[in-house]
Amino acid sequence: MNKFRKNYLSKWQLYLFLLIPVVHVLIFAYYPMLGAQIAFRRYDLLAGIWYSPWVGWANFERLFNLPIFTQILSNTLLLAFYSLIAGFPLPIILALLLNAFPFLRLKKTFQTVSYMPHFISIAVVVGMTMQLFSPRVGGVGNLYFMLTGELMPNIFASANLFPHIFVWQQVWQTLGWSSIIYIAALSSVDPELHEAAQLDGASRFKRVLHIDYPSILPTVVIMLVLAAGQIMNVSFDRAFLMQNPLNIARSEVISTYVYKVGMVFGIGDFSFATAIGLFNSVINFTLLAFVNVLSGKISGTRLW
Amino acid sequence: MTKVKSIDIKAKKIKYSSSDKIFYGITGILLCLLFVIFAYPLIYVVSASFSSGAAVSAGLVVLWPVDFSLEGYSHVFAHHLILSAYWNTIRYTVVGTLINIALVMITAYPLSRADLKGRNFLMLFFVFTMLFSGGMIPWFLLIRDLGILNSMWAIVLPGGLPIFLMIIARTFIQSSIPHELLESAQIDGCSDARYFFSCLLPLSKAVIAVITLFAAVGHWNSFFPALMLLTDRGLMPLQIILREILILNQIDMSMVTDPEAVIAMLQMADVIRYALIVVATAPILMIYPFAQKYFVKGVMVGSLKG
Repeated sequence: MNKFRKNYLSKWQLYLFLLIPVVHVLIFAYYPMLGAQIAFRRYDLLAGIWYSPWVGWANFERLFNLPIFTQILSNTLLLAFYSLIAGFPLPIILALLLNAFPFLRLKKTFQTVSYMPHFISIAVVVGMTMQLFSPRVGGVGNLYFMLTGELMPNIFASANLFPHIFVWQQVWQTLGWSSIIYIAALSSVDPELHEAAQLDGASRFKRVLHIDYPSILPTVVIMLVLAAGQIMNVSFDRAFLMQNPLNIARSEVISTYVYKVGMVFGIGDFSFATAIGLFNSVINFTLLAFVNVLSGKISGTRLW
Repeated sequence: MTKVKSIDIKAKKIKYSSSDKIFYGITGILLCLLFVIFAYPLIYVVSASFSSGAAVSAGLVVLWPVDFSLEGYSHVFAHHLILSAYWNTIRYTVVGTLINIALVMITAYPLSRADLKGRNFLMLFFVFTMLFSGGMIPWFLLIRDLGILNSMWAIVLPGGLPIFLMIIARTFIQSSIPHELLESAQIDGCSDARYFFSCLLPLSKAVIAVITLFAAVGHWNSFFPALMLLTDRGLMPLQIILREILILNQIDMSMVTDPEAVIAMLQMADVIRYALIVVATAPILMIYPFAQKYFVKGVMVGSLKG
């Protein structure tokens, strides 16, 4: 009793602080996880989450038999892996280059400009891209006309170009911001290492490869694990905002399809939409756990 | 003074070997290229927004405004839906950010205390929600069943506690505020709550600035919750209206009846879009220089311990 008093009762104010956050998370994060059980029920508006009839794996079977399923899954995977391959190494390279760049004033200006796109909303960036690449009135469209003498084709009308626009637009928006964490990590590299290497005659490029890069490697691994856990979360906003009837064959991804099944097509099929979403969450979580264990084995750095 | 400086520069220049010069040259060129890629679209948008409709549709704008005019802006501010959307976005951003700061700080403080029993379990309880979620539809059903659909609370309450920002705040408290402060306050008979309000909050200004910036940018730019949870046109935030005007090309012509005005309006459409982009983005870019000195620090603190 005395111990209980010492450990818990004397700290009652701290637990009181946590009361609201815990209730908040229980309601807004954990309750929807319980709500995900409707993936195994046939959701009935009147019966609600808890009393709708069970249907077992029927919603999942329906998903796997859906003709469009392989297309949506491959669209999602393509965008996910393309984003990772293009978007992951570039911020590291940018951070290494910036860190090695000797002119401070220029470096500062460049950094400030490179963060800016992060603060612009996806709706604006998509609108901006459409406007700039517009064959008639856009800046890039004009440039194309000046150089080649003919009108630029409308890139938003092509399904095959969609993944490229999606990924490079995203890279433009996130590159500068994602490099911050590596720049921060680079600032803690011991300058004596550089001095010693310089005395031994190592060039700046050599020092980037053999001092800077190895010292941020743990950060790189952590970021890679985190990125792998997010891989299936292809940005709903970006995909949804860039969709049009002409590119839908490539731009329909799992999250946008869930939205349409649940909220748009006639009366929302909540159970089926939840099943698709749950399928996505489970893949994500499994990937994260797998990559985490793998990176723990290979590099000794892991999240938990 | 100038002489000393020039000697300094010379001394520096001599230090670079020829292979280093090539490396810096290539780096410089790459960074300049990237600079153009980052800056050109932004400059073009601002320039086009200050140009006349005729100049933009003729493709005359390359870098600087042509036929300087503020017509695009006057159209943007005359649009009734844009103004109400602007006001809604400001409301959601201010209320949402205040809720975020309050919840983040009252969560981060107890979790930063090493003497809190069950701390690891509680931390896992919060962090798990970052890794796994019930999905879009159960989340929607919950908000519907709470009866807050189609109100401001649907936008600001569900995301009230961003776990990522909570981790940043907790790491900051653990690493930047000395333990001795708590100990001496406790010896003086200061309660845990009093310590939070009188000692911890005033010392956490830097991390509160970071949280404010991150949260405000998130609320200002958020699109998906409004798409899912609002149906009332009068409640729509700016991002939804932006989508309609910028992406779906819906410019309301019903109010313009004069045919000449319609033609002028069509010519103006692109300028209006550019002006709208500037108007929608300017406020968030304006808070950025003030918060800039804090956020690199914030990301750094957050990265120390994921």
